[in-house]
Amino acid sequence: MKLSGSEIIIECLKREGVKYIFGYPGGAVLHIYDALFSSNEIKHVLVRHEQGATHAADGYARACGKPGVVLVTSGPGITNCVTGLATAHMDSIPMIVISGQVSRQYVGSDAFQEADATGITRPVTKHNFLIDSRESIPEVFKKAFKIATTGRPGPVLIDIPKDLTDPKIKIKFEYPKTVKLRSYKPPKKEVTTKIEEAAKILCSAKKPMIYTGGGVILGNAHKHLHSLVKKLNYPITNTLMGLGGYPATDKQFLGMLGMHGTYEANMAMHDCDVLLAVGARFDDRVTGDTEKFCPSAKIIHIDVDPSSISKIIKVDLSLIGETSSILKDLTKSVEKFTRKIDKKNIEKWWKKIEKWRQRKCLGYKKSKDIIKPQQVIESLYNITKGNAFVTSDVGQHQMWAAQYYKFDKPNRWINSGGLGTMGFGLPAAMGVKLAYPKSEVVCVTGEASILMCIQELATCLQYHLPIKIINLNNRYMGMVRQWQEFFYEGRYAMSYMEALPDFCKLSSSFGHIGIQIDKPDELESKMNEAMSNKNRLVFVDVITDQEENVYPMIKSGQAHNEMHLSPTNEETELA
Amino acid sequence: MSDDRRYIISVLVENEFGSLSRIAGLFSARGYNIHCLNVAPTNDESISRMTIVTMCNENKINQLMKQLDKLVDVVNVKDLTDETHIEREMLLLKLKCNKGQREELKRLVDIFRARIIDVTDTTYTVELTGASEKIMAFVSSMGSINIIEMVRSGALGISRGKDSLENIK
Repeated sequence: MKLSGSEIIIECLKREGVKYIFGYPGGAVLHIYDALFSSNEIKHVLVRHEQGATHAADGYARACGKPGVVLVTSGPGITNCVTGLATAHMDSIPMIVISGQVSRQYVGSDAFQEADATGITRPVTKHNFLIDSRESIPEVFKKAFKIATTGRPGPVLIDIPKDLTDPKIKIKFEYPKTVKLRSYKPPKKEVTTKIEEAAKILCSAKKPMIYTGGGVILGNAHKHLHSLVKKLNYPITNTLMGLGGYPATDKQFLGMLGMHGTYEANMAMHDCDVLLAVGARFDDRVTGDTEKFCPSAKIIHIDVDPSSISKIIKVDLSLIGETSSILKDLTKSVEKFTRKIDKKNIEKWWKKIEKWRQRKCLGYKKSKDIIKPQQVIESLYNITKGNAFVTSDVGQHQMWAAQYYKFDKPNRWINSGGLGTMGFGLPAAMGVKLAYPKSEVVCVTGEASILMCIQELATCLQYHLPIKIINLNNRYMGMVRQWQEFFYEGRYAMSYMEALPDFCKLSSSFGHIGIQIDKPDELESKMNEAMSNKNRLVFVDVITDQEENVYPMIKSGQAHNEMHLSPTNEETELA
Repeated sequence: MSDDRRYIISVLVENEFGSLSRIAGLFSARGYNIHCLNVAPTNDESISRMTIVTMCNENKINQLMKQLDKLVDVVNVKDLTDETHIEREMLLLKLKCNKGQREELKRLVDIFRARIIDVTDTTYTVELTGASEKIMAFVSSMGSINIIEMVRSGALGISRGKDSLENIK
């Protein structure tokens, strides 16, 4: 089979099972777009800004586990992808970005729409390639998909000069079955003796705690995690990225931990004597003051990335490899030692945890006059019965969604945890909806975040993506305002959103439905009305309490047991 | 930091476009310093070998080794610091030498087993090979002799004995 460079690219994507490309055409990729035009197996989704393409591909990957694919032009096309690449990189999301480059003879000449794509994206990709010959295209694609999806996943960029995609020059095409990468070897299976040692330590605990992150979801390890946690009857907490890795409605689940984690999760972290960390990276928003992190715990860490081990917190035992296979082996190994578990002490530990739980740290006071943001999420949870895919942007609304929407299944909570990218939610929801067209997809956002990628409302209309947008509109960049209240004596510098658009008119001008809710007694009925419209995108603009804060909160540099609870909660005595 | 010390590490990388910038970029992005870095192809032309000297503490070097190993282009890494190894560096030094200083320079060149490789009526160019301390000792022994130009290769390192750095991970 003789194909042009452009046809080879499309063929490679087909062989990798790619169903969707999120992209935006331009000069350097016109040959590729022409080849794509005559292919009907891959559907192209035209976004309205390249950043949207990356977030959509990212959301797609987070929801269904397959790599998201992006196609953009050179220069501004690829520079607009940098935020999306960094977002995916920080959260280890498999993604392939194909960028056009100026023809080889112009590379380095400051040609029109030329940018050093591999140079700019080097720190925000797992790896990147600049293709230098037609013959190497299949091998580079094979390598790129392998690198993006194995080990600790991540985004890979392929930059291809325009002349290599010339439709007139055709060469023989063959797609390699395998590819050799001598310098790239994801970790092998962990040794049995170390797994047994971990099992022993776990079963000897008096006050154990399990803390799991995004690695459980990316590694598809939730089932094995569940069996292990059930076998041990130990408490478990999830990071922001790990929500859904363990069913949130299960009684052994203590809620999210960290800066805005629950009282019981953070207190249990501080007091535990054995900590099992799985697919988590001891992020500063999780650890608080590292000097005071789990001061009396023996720490076991399971991770696929050796460089995550003892990076922030020195651990006592590390198990390196795929989280699913290690958890499976560990569960088996634990069976041998379960009779050694000190049931009396574990019971005591649970009693202590129950006391912390009774503090009901997520309690808040409803009002007759103004809608509380927390109750919007609770209402969303009730209406969707906890089954929706929820994407979010970044800020207070993100924390409230994480705290009040109880995720029982993995891959349902889609947010930018590492980079904290405002503007992520709407395009990510498009990717999720394409992956699961029959499922409910909701973007929980705020009036500041949503404006950062608002142009994607047009994409939603073009491809008929009836997602629901819940805009917690408090007329402030809420999290910025909260920090200014706490740390800058209430000087709200630049955090007030003046000149906001009428979101209902805005969405209707994009061809969608807009609903505003501003009265607490109308919340339930109007939310129901919005959610029951299955065939249209509905933008729900909820006017919420302007000065509500996210609690609990661990201020930077403080320990897990130095949490601040909400003013109403602080008054309640421990039962 | 006070517990910083000198580390010398060897890195085998794919001899490909961009490999050097990936490694240099890793150092700057994660806040490590590069005291010196040397890179050239090996007997296997598809692989380049780097020797990097850096100042840091034990925690940082452990992280750095893992981060280097994680780069897709890196074939293998080894910390030579605490194993018996040989280090060599080459120095080229162009000196302004008046008549009265020539004898002194000749003597120093002999003592350090350096070589004079180029001469003009007013300058001498000297070549010296050795460990970094020897290079520094030679440079500081120049005294009143004016250094016009100085270029060092940076350290090269290789383990002693049968140990080697294999070209597989």
